[in-house]
Amino acid sequence: MTIERPWQRWLIRAGVFFAMALLCVPGLWVVLTAFRPNIEILARPPVWLPQNPTFDNFRGIFGLLPDQQQGLPVARYFLNSLVISLTSTFVAIVIGMMGGYAFARYRFKAKGALFVSFMLSRTVPGIALSLPLFIVWSRLGILDTSFGLILVYLAINIPFTIWLTDGFFRQIPVDLAEAAQIDGCTRWQAFWKVEFPLARSGLASAAIFAFLTSWNEYALASQLTRTTVSKTMPVGLMDFTAQFTVDWAGMSAMAVLIIIPALLLTFLVQKHLIAGLTFGGVK
Amino acid sequence: MSFLRSPRAVPYLLLMPAIVVILAVIAVPLAVSLWSSFTPYQLTRPVTLFTFVGLRNYSRLLENTDFWWAFGRTILFITVTLNLELVLGLGLALLVNQITMGQRALRTIMMFPMMFSPILVGFQFKYILNDAVGLLNNALFDLGLITQPIPWLVEGTLANLSIMAAEIWMSTSVFAILLLSGLLALPKEPIEAAKVDGCNAVQTFRHITLPFLMPFIFIAMTIRSLDVARAYDMVRIMTNGGPAGRTELLWTLMARVGYQNSQMGMANAMGYVSILLSLVFTLYFYRKLVAARRYMGGVE
Repeated sequence: MTIERPWQRWLIRAGVFFAMALLCVPGLWVVLTAFRPNIEILARPPVWLPQNPTFDNFRGIFGLLPDQQQGLPVARYFLNSLVISLTSTFVAIVIGMMGGYAFARYRFKAKGALFVSFMLSRTVPGIALSLPLFIVWSRLGILDTSFGLILVYLAINIPFTIWLTDGFFRQIPVDLAEAAQIDGCTRWQAFWKVEFPLARSGLASAAIFAFLTSWNEYALASQLTRTTVSKTMPVGLMDFTAQFTVDWAGMSAMAVLIIIPALLLTFLVQKHLIAGLTFGGVK
Repeated sequence: MSFLRSPRAVPYLLLMPAIVVILAVIAVPLAVSLWSSFTPYQLTRPVTLFTFVGLRNYSRLLENTDFWWAFGRTILFITVTLNLELVLGLGLALLVNQITMGQRALRTIMMFPMMFSPILVGFQFKYILNDAVGLLNNALFDLGLITQPIPWLVEGTLANLSIMAAEIWMSTSVFAILLLSGLLALPKEPIEAAKVDGCNAVQTFRHITLPFLMPFIFIAMTIRSLDVARAYDMVRIMTNGGPAGRTELLWTLMARVGYQNSQMGMANAMGYVSILLSLVFTLYFYRKLVAARRYMGGVE
């Protein structure tokens, strides 16, 4: 399917350019807004490029502007998000790796059924799961705690981690670990010395995927967290909307803070992630 | 206890922590949810959790027009967005596949919407589509295409189209990226052979490229049907079901009934309907995926 004629090639380039513009412009527009003073956002006729770029919106959401009595507890939200996402990611990777290894290397009863059950546990819509969790968590007294949310994110991330790591471990030939065992390693040593190093990049991308899922999650967090004790960044974003008014500048600044870690991490692992998803599925 | 020490127990021991977490956080709450869907449970009156009313919540749901509207709208929303995402994603993958220079950069750009939290996608479109300060209306004004602001999120039909557009923006990349990696893995020989045999581009695509892509399409569909309820976050911030319930989906309705009206029993009944819906979608595509994989295995 090679395209010979030049006009066709230009048509394709134009199409790709148009699609990429559609994908980029909305996000870029929000980033630009984060650096605009409020007057410019509401200006009519509109101001396209920021004329007076400013960091005031960021100072504002952290309560650092001189004329401000009190800002929103965004620093606290950021810390909560970080602690909750990192903890749940780390534990999910450890537990998920064990599970993925079991699926990749052992034959056992009810294997297929277990695998599908893990997958299906992931299909429960967040908001539908939040209803009973709200009831149970409030009875257990872990509503509005980081621990409660970490536990939930664990359950969300484990199935996907199992799916990805199962794929990664299956790509590593069994012979390698067996050779190590013949050379006198125990299975445990063979795992850590041979298979784990080979699967490490795959595990890293599974970790980043889990981190992003927790970092970006809203439906469960919005109901299971109530106060600054455990509110995360996506929940905090809603603080900026009142019944009829929206603080566009503040929200855009907050949006930039949410997107930056996600952006950096995704670029790090994009290659492994795609490979993991497709190998896990096709082979 | 001898079973626990035997080699046969190893995989079960490895899976134990995962099973415990899933049971504690998903299975048990779902059981609670199922029970409470048979009670008139209200958050404000905890005693009501222990009053059994059988299928009353479900039969009330079946009579409730708001529920049926939300249900129908949700099905329509899922069907339209998934299909359009597939078509657009396939188109995008085919286009990018033709580009040789800078393809890696293009793939990176395609990942862009995937790292956005759905709540951020909702916010960004709420901002862009705002009738007073939004980018879209401003651009249309400056181009002289409109003289009155278009109320994208305020008028019912437009609001529905807007949330669909936002969903498509958010998830087309999933299809594009997975299908592109399928296209890159496509073996060259069958295509050359088809060309020698006189197939034109459309025939080659129809009979060789598309069948090869099928498993990739089903992977993308399975992944998407797993997280299709993420649309809740987006709709929550964009319209929250408004104006006057015109964009109410099953998920937003359930949140309103459960948390705002504190009718947890009723909300859980709705929750179960939404869970079944997701299950059916996922199982359907998963089975297709397994079948396609087996077919591929047979060919190779």
